[in-house]
Amino acid sequence: MITLRINGEDRSVDAPEDMPLLWVLRDIVGLTGTKFGCGIGQCGACTVHLDGKPTRSCLLPISAVGNRPVTTIEGVGATPAGAKVQKAWLDLEVIQCGYCQSGQIMSATALLTTTPKPNDADINAAMSGNICRCGTYVRIRDAIKLAATSAAPGATPTSSTTSGSTS
Amino acid sequence: MSGSAAGEPENPGRRAFLGTGAAAGSALLLGFYLPLGQGAPRSAAQAGGQRFEPNAFIRIDRQGVITLVMPQVEMGQGIYTGLAMVLAEELDVGAEQVVLETAPPSDKLYGNPIFGLQATGGSTSMRAFWMPMRKAGASARAVLVQAAAKMWNADAAGCRTERGEVIHEASGKKIGYGALIDHTAGVTPPKDPPLKAVGAFKLVGQPLKRYDTPDKVNGKLQYGIDVMPSGVKFATLALCPEFGGKVDRVDDAKAKSLPGVRQVVVLDDVVAVVGDHMWAAKQGLAALNIVWKSGPHATVDTQEVWKQLRTAGDGEGVTAKAVGDVNKALSQGERVEAEFELPFLAHATMEPLNCTVHVQPDSCEVWVGSQVLSRAQAVAAKVTGLPLGKVTVHNYLIGGGFGRRLEVDYVEIAVRIAQKVDGPVKVVWTREEDIQHDVYRPVYQDRMAASLSGGKIVGWRHRIVGSAIIARWLTPAFQKGVDIDAVDAAIDLPYEFSDMRIEYVRNEPPGVPTGFWRGVGPNNNVFAIEGFMDELAKKVGQDPIAFRRGMLEKNPRMKAALDLVAGKAGWGQPLPARNGGRTGRGICAQAAFGSYIATVAEVEVDKSGEVRVHRLVSAVDTGIVVNPDTVIAQLQGGLIFGLTAALYGEITVEKGRVQQSNFHNYRMLRIDQTPQIEVHLIPSGESPGGIGETGTTAGPPAVRNAIFAATGIALRRLPIDRDVLAGKKDAMTGKKTA
Repeated sequence: MITLRINGEDRSVDAPEDMPLLWVLRDIVGLTGTKFGCGIGQCGACTVHLDGKPTRSCLLPISAVGNRPVTTIEGVGATPAGAKVQKAWLDLEVIQCGYCQSGQIMSATALLTTTPKPNDADINAAMSGNICRCGTYVRIRDAIKLAATSAAPGATPTSSTTSGSTS
Repeated sequence: MSGSAAGEPENPGRRAFLGTGAAAGSALLLGFYLPLGQGAPRSAAQAGGQRFEPNAFIRIDRQGVITLVMPQVEMGQGIYTGLAMVLAEELDVGAEQVVLETAPPSDKLYGNPIFGLQATGGSTSMRAFWMPMRKAGASARAVLVQAAAKMWNADAAGCRTERGEVIHEASGKKIGYGALIDHTAGVTPPKDPPLKAVGAFKLVGQPLKRYDTPDKVNGKLQYGIDVMPSGVKFATLALCPEFGGKVDRVDDAKAKSLPGVRQVVVLDDVVAVVGDHMWAAKQGLAALNIVWKSGPHATVDTQEVWKQLRTAGDGEGVTAKAVGDVNKALSQGERVEAEFELPFLAHATMEPLNCTVHVQPDSCEVWVGSQVLSRAQAVAAKVTGLPLGKVTVHNYLIGGGFGRRLEVDYVEIAVRIAQKVDGPVKVVWTREEDIQHDVYRPVYQDRMAASLSGGKIVGWRHRIVGSAIIARWLTPAFQKGVDIDAVDAAIDLPYEFSDMRIEYVRNEPPGVPTGFWRGVGPNNNVFAIEGFMDELAKKVGQDPIAFRRGMLEKNPRMKAALDLVAGKAGWGQPLPARNGGRTGRGICAQAAFGSYIATVAEVEVDKSGEVRVHRLVSAVDTGIVVNPDTVIAQLQGGLIFGLTAALYGEITVEKGRVQQSNFHNYRMLRIDQTPQIEVHLIPSGESPGGIGETGTTAGPPAVRNAIFAATGIALRRLPIDRDVLAGKKDAMTGKKTA
């Protein structure tokens, strides 16, 4: 048994040590929001956060996870950056088929966590590992910029320049 | 979203509920899955007053929950939202007052009128269902109005509707649709219900947030690949790497010794490993020693395919359309000829092919994302020998279709594997199998001939050589040797010629299965016509847009799109290089799928022949726009899909095997290569056109023509050959230059 910390919960899984995290998440833990796209780290559909860093789970054996916390698309909305990205994705209606979008959102959230005001080059560097076959890239770029300028949904404004109520 | 086997209904999404008192009861099962047996339309009387089901698309229950049943499948194109808007518009309910369900398999109830089959493809959904949905909504509304009038002893003409209520103007009485269902018995639906005037639309034409997207940002939405029926096992498979090959023998000793591997299924043409999870199945498959038996196509290679295709094109084809005397016209003036060619392409949907099946002695249950639900059911029935009624198919939202899921090969294979497995089994293809065993976009050759006189085209001949997908996929529609898909957008091109002939030569590539791919027939035709147009314009020394305009006297919609895009794109203005390369703008005028679209590409070509597309601008007349944001999204996405094909897309075959296998050698456009894209919608009162395919066919010719403008090099085939643009290879012969 290996214990993984996934979205803030410890999960003990009975799986071979060399089994990639992707399949543990999907087929054992039942978190199917993380997607299988290529199996070789080329498309980014399987992106999760390992200790906050975007990681391709299809190539990551669970033995390499150690005690680092794993965040998946099911849990990323609990982080301020994740919530902002999800909201921006809906506000700009980024999504088409949606299959790649778990990975896109995970990559975008990681970008905003380390680079709160990304420029186009930052976005290219962070997002070019994620393929979208429907071609939503134009809106992904716009949504990242929108998320970067917006407050987290439901967040209490702390700045004195922010007007309005705290609802 | 929930499949039946997944158990509890999940989060219904932001608009799924009507009111607050409606959160219980089986009729309120939320999500898009329709419980078995509840899909058939019943009259209000038959429903015993429990529900009002005036037709197959609308169901209103006593609590006022309005359920709209979606005949077309959602694969990202936004059709659930679009069709729901049309239904809700005429039913006169708010967009947030409805819940959506996926239709069960039934050609009779949910067939696409254009195909006579339950199929989502070819940018037909809105074209085919625009009027049926309006009438369905309007008819239901008329019945509800009559029911209210009868109850109030009032004149129906004195009643109106608004947001799910009938209102009697004179008395001010109001009643919700749900409260009326007991009064609809005996009310005869009108044959021709009055439809709203276009100007009276409240929903249609307004940007509406999509119903399917909220659960796509948090991992909640289940695609077919995510289904987990109780006790499910996981399988992955290998087909013979050579087309047409079979299994000779399999040594599975090592695979079976691996932890988690449960079973090895060996069929005539496929081997599958079943395990406790996909990892075990994959490991097991890799540990097998499979010896394949070559079939008749073991020697096929792409060069042979091209040779055969080009030879076939030497002969005259079947006439698909003829006007005037083309032979005479071509013998006059200056004659110009050119041949355009497009390669095999794979679909590479982001959701790899998958299908989950549970075969039992007297039933078969299938969980799948399919563009042809009734065919998925039929093939499962055929394989199992069960009657249709014993085959349950749960359809799921699709993680990319693009035509791949218009085929049911992956359903058939999964059912055959499931027949050997005790309990449900989820069969997931690896990306490698997905790329190497696709049903490919055919290779095409388009032979163009025209004669020029006085700066105008006086004769036009277009010979299309390629696979007849229709002959296989919709056999009754293949008439007189003409594939209506292969000649689509060629026989009805936007330009006016007094003498023209469009010919079709059927040529099937040996061993390589071919099928529909986003953009379908117009892919090759628009590329060839628009590429040829630019070469002809250059011959007569005219600006490409001015040259086209001169042939569009009888096509004001196309002309208006051209004029708009020329202005928006800054046509004719200087285009400075950003990276020191050669720059150019190219145009594509496209009348296809019932839409008129003009697109300008801006490109920069560097010394090494690398092409950078900086900007794409499209002007779009697609008739009445139902959901403007969706139309814009489809153009953006379609253009990018086309760019991938133009810049990278090619499947090649050697010794019967596809040489590409995954995204490292079957490349996709990525965000850092994505141009700025602008889409301008042209207001129109015409019936809605199709939109999903349009960008895919419009992008490549615009880019090709921009490269022509930038370099003077007339590319005749895709994908773009960098060596040609670097001057290392000749564009016409493909031979290396000194």
